[in-house]
Amino acid sequence: MGPMNMDSFNPIILSLVTFIPAVGGLLILLIPRRDRDIKLFALVVSILAFVASLHLPVHLHRDHNLFKFEINKVWITNPNIHYHMGIDGISVWLVVLTTFLTPLCVLISWTSIHTRVKEFFILLLIMESALIGVFTSLDLFLFYFFWESTLIPMALLIGIYGHGRKVYAAVKYFLFTMIGSMFMLAAILWLYAKTGTFDFVDIQNAIHSGNVPGFEHASLWLFLGFFIAFAVKVPLFPVHTWLPDAHVEAPTAGSVLLAGVLLKMGTYGLLRFNVGLFPDQARRNASWIIVLALIGIIYGALVALVQPNMKKLIAYSSISHLGFVVLGIFSFTTAGLNGAVFVMLAHGVATGGLFMLAGILYERRHTYEITEFGGLATPMPRYATFFLVTVLASVGLPLLNGFIGEFLVLSGAFQARPIYGILAATGVIWSACYLLWMYQRVFYGQVKLAVNNTLPDLTLREKVALSPIAIAALVMGVAPMVWLSAIDPAVQAVLAPVTQMASKVVGQ
Amino acid sequence: MTPPTLNPFLWIIPILPLAGAAINGFFGRKASNNAISTVALVFSGAAFAAALGIALSFSSVSAPYYCTLAHWFRSGNFQVEFSFYLDQLSLVMLLVVTGVGFLIHIYSVGYMWDDDGYYRFMAYLNLFMFFMLTLVLAKNYLVMFIGWEGVGLASYLLIGFWFTKDSAAAAGKKAFIVNRIGDFGFLIALFLMIKHFGSLDFTKVFSQVTAWPTETAGVGTLTAIGLLLMVGAAGKSAQIPLYVWLPDAMEGPTPVSALIHAATMVTAGVYMVARSSAIFDRAPMAMMVVAIIGTLTALFAATIGIAQTDIKKVLAYSTVSQLGYMFMACGVGAFSAGIFHLMTHAFFKGLLFLAAGSVIHGVGGEQDMRKMGGLRQYMPVTFATMGIATLAIAGIPPLAGFWSKDEILWKAFNTSWVYWLIGVITALITSFYMFRLMYMTFGGEYRGAPAAHDVKHESADAHAMRDKHSHEGHGHGEPHESPWVMLGPLVVLAILSLVGGLVGIGGRFEHFLAPVFQGTAGAELAHETAREAASHTTEYLLMGVSVSVAFLGWLLAYLLYSRRPELPARIATSLGGLYEAVVHKYYIDELYAVLFVKPLIDGSTTILWHGVDQGVIDAVFNDSASAANRVSDAARRMQSGNLRSYAGWIAAGGAAVIAYMVWMGVR
Repeated sequence: MGPMNMDSFNPIILSLVTFIPAVGGLLILLIPRRDRDIKLFALVVSILAFVASLHLPVHLHRDHNLFKFEINKVWITNPNIHYHMGIDGISVWLVVLTTFLTPLCVLISWTSIHTRVKEFFILLLIMESALIGVFTSLDLFLFYFFWESTLIPMALLIGIYGHGRKVYAAVKYFLFTMIGSMFMLAAILWLYAKTGTFDFVDIQNAIHSGNVPGFEHASLWLFLGFFIAFAVKVPLFPVHTWLPDAHVEAPTAGSVLLAGVLLKMGTYGLLRFNVGLFPDQARRNASWIIVLALIGIIYGALVALVQPNMKKLIAYSSISHLGFVVLGIFSFTTAGLNGAVFVMLAHGVATGGLFMLAGILYERRHTYEITEFGGLATPMPRYATFFLVTVLASVGLPLLNGFIGEFLVLSGAFQARPIYGILAATGVIWSACYLLWMYQRVFYGQVKLAVNNTLPDLTLREKVALSPIAIAALVMGVAPMVWLSAIDPAVQAVLAPVTQMASKVVGQ
Repeated sequence: MTPPTLNPFLWIIPILPLAGAAINGFFGRKASNNAISTVALVFSGAAFAAALGIALSFSSVSAPYYCTLAHWFRSGNFQVEFSFYLDQLSLVMLLVVTGVGFLIHIYSVGYMWDDDGYYRFMAYLNLFMFFMLTLVLAKNYLVMFIGWEGVGLASYLLIGFWFTKDSAAAAGKKAFIVNRIGDFGFLIALFLMIKHFGSLDFTKVFSQVTAWPTETAGVGTLTAIGLLLMVGAAGKSAQIPLYVWLPDAMEGPTPVSALIHAATMVTAGVYMVARSSAIFDRAPMAMMVVAIIGTLTALFAATIGIAQTDIKKVLAYSTVSQLGYMFMACGVGAFSAGIFHLMTHAFFKGLLFLAAGSVIHGVGGEQDMRKMGGLRQYMPVTFATMGIATLAIAGIPPLAGFWSKDEILWKAFNTSWVYWLIGVITALITSFYMFRLMYMTFGGEYRGAPAAHDVKHESADAHAMRDKHSHEGHGHGEPHESPWVMLGPLVVLAILSLVGGLVGIGGRFEHFLAPVFQGTAGAELAHETAREAASHTTEYLLMGVSVSVAFLGWLLAYLLYSRRPELPARIATSLGGLYEAVVHKYYIDELYAVLFVKPLIDGSTTILWHGVDQGVIDAVFNDSASAANRVSDAARRMQSGNLRSYAGWIAAGGAAVIAYMVWMGVR
């Protein structure tokens, strides 16, 4: 097939990528309850979605125009809801991140899920579609539909397949994010009432040209409405406490998607809606949001340092890393925004990898307590190697993926205000502290518990699941331009109205 | 400066050892030791050969080489390339790293042969070479930072090579984290450069810097950049207050101590400061801080070296001290003298460590010098080569160390007699502890257990090492000389320690490096030559003093450890608390634990996690009534350690002053 033929996919490709997993999930209903068949089918579907999604970055034009692969059809006439999808150089990678991680989730769940296997993989695939939909929707109603659709499968994944206080965790997760979303819904409905449309691009144009009656007075509340929903999701301090509980009790695949993709719904939302729709308010409110981000970076790291539970440690480290993303966004510098998007992707890969690794250990020992381990590098050398590579990616070692994003965010924040960059840069010390200390306690020294002496090293399936993580961490670190060449123009397009706004303010 | 010329093959030098590391890393587990050694030696040797080849084609008159591989990343107008650069300064580093590195690879074949993790060791060693070569060949600060962090990783892996030993694992982690504290400063310096110069490329940054005025009146951007770079350098090169990781790093196998923690990696900070000479030259305050920190470190570490009984620990503190000399040199603007000492130090300190390894090997893993003695007759080659290295480090003419140390002291004297005086006192102490080491190890009678088998007589460390460690398997009753694969490198380094200083005679080394530092020292040089001509008498007088103190140190060591070996214990007792403090390294590790580590852990646990997270936020979510109680609980548990030490306050004051200066420049 020549490029011409491939381009003919462009109008439908987003719908394909978005719905392949959900359709596949529903087809699982038709498969008889033979676990092996179900798993294989889920794997094939998720790989298919990944392959289809690769069409997007390959055929994405790297220019400053906003949305690509657009499709815009009337869905419901009253209220005026459109099936409007489209992506830019930012969302394209979040879609690919989702499709990249889902097959790995299937692989890592292969032997760890014993009951209700069918329902598990159905939920997982529906979850994937909902996540992709969040990143591809350009109609606020459609966006909200996908946004809320991620809630129930994840709550069920935690509540049914989790462990320990799983119901508490599921309810906590559900309530925190649900309450946050209500504020966003209110803001969306206000915008619809004033503009008569849910279309993101139309609303954006209306706001920027000053055609929304009453916007002047409402803009702060609208900004906050969206902000609260996204802040809970990121999560920003002080609405972060649902995350460690959700992670600890979630099954491995749930944690991978939660940390890898779901949190990025929050940062993506901040970037697309808070900055995209309300550039003026975004600028005005940047300083206290940055303060929250800085608290998140340092606070998350310090609390991570003292966690006795491996998974909680990784969860708190996510709060720290996501703080970098928010800091980058609200620094309103090209470097900061590029870095923010890159950290989203790098964190998805590295932390997704860390949760997979934690899950592998849990499957063998049914605990995440760090004190239960020690000396594991002796019985499990290959596992220890994969773990170390992922840890190094996470602490931002140059030539691995964590470095590029962190460096750009810090340099952007420093340009915005030196003190932001300086405080955030302490993160490079903290991350080394909590991750290397954990690594030492889990892998080094003599094997203390006899049961750990005989732990089997990685199986072939586990190696297949972990290798893409290690390879992605390296490739993203060595050749980040593959990603940045698409991100950079998109980020500049997002930034343009904000800087315009700033120069207007200065001009007055 | 002549414009750089393209040399498209520069990148091959670092890639060679990376290939070796990859091959051994992926396939070494099942390979034979012969195959592993071949790969490791061929690739590190090829890097050395390539370095020699380039050195031959590169004379001091020709222009620097550069080579750009590809874009690394770009954001807006800011971009970073994978680009490499070779001038006289990087050429010296290149030859030292590949030359000494290759010798230590050879030595390691003998030293590590029987270790289970042999392939791992050789792969890490090659990996280290890759990062170190990237560091010295970088054309911009960020590629340098790749090497900078990479050598830190290699160091982490190699210090913790015997990872089943808790102390080794802890030492590796400590090294990485302390280095990260330095990297924090390094990073902020880079952000300042991006802000003001829009680039991290050496050529672009320095060409802009040279247009800036010297910040004599106050502290400005360049001072801040200089101080922040110094923070990074202090981490990597183990200067006060970040030196604490280096002594612990001796947990690593001895070839690692020789290569990474003596000859090459720890000198990266000195190289970085010298590379940034254009910046430092315009920031006299930053220079002064460099000189002060270097001088204090030189003296401070040397005093600790006096009382150590572990042969490797003596050498470790000696390394910290010698690095202090190099910073002193940079701080007084004598960059080429600093690099000269860096080179000779690589020869004699690399040799000292390898010889110490040979000793440890010969006595069955023992590192405590009190259980050695009389080894001269068992290990003549080790004794002779180590003796040469000792003469060199002590500054006995005409060995290598004499020339470079004398150069530094002379340049220091020209800035302030205080630096010179402390430098001379340090030289005295250096000579003393080195000859003390020689007499305790090689002189007198053998004090070790007759059958080194008998683990009762060994320290716990040596015992743990024996488990993993190679050569102790062949249970020797008597100390014995090492095989020639280990002695060969000793002999080569001994020759270099003998004659390596001669390249500095008549300022030849300085002239060779002059093109690198011409922007900085150019004006000064002319001015100085005039002064030097006038004061040759002073120079010879000072030289006489430093040679005298070297012999004085030797004499003292001879009296105390050869003639009257019962005296040191008596002196130690009479010194009481002071001696205790020195033995315990002035309790700095303990101080850091009380000041930083414990409050951090306790505060994070009780205040942040149990207090804010669970006590406040979750309580609001679960049950808001109990929140108030828990907050007060957490507050009650807040404890702050009492700061009792004057030294602590002084250090804190110094840190505050430096932080203030940085802030004035950053603002």
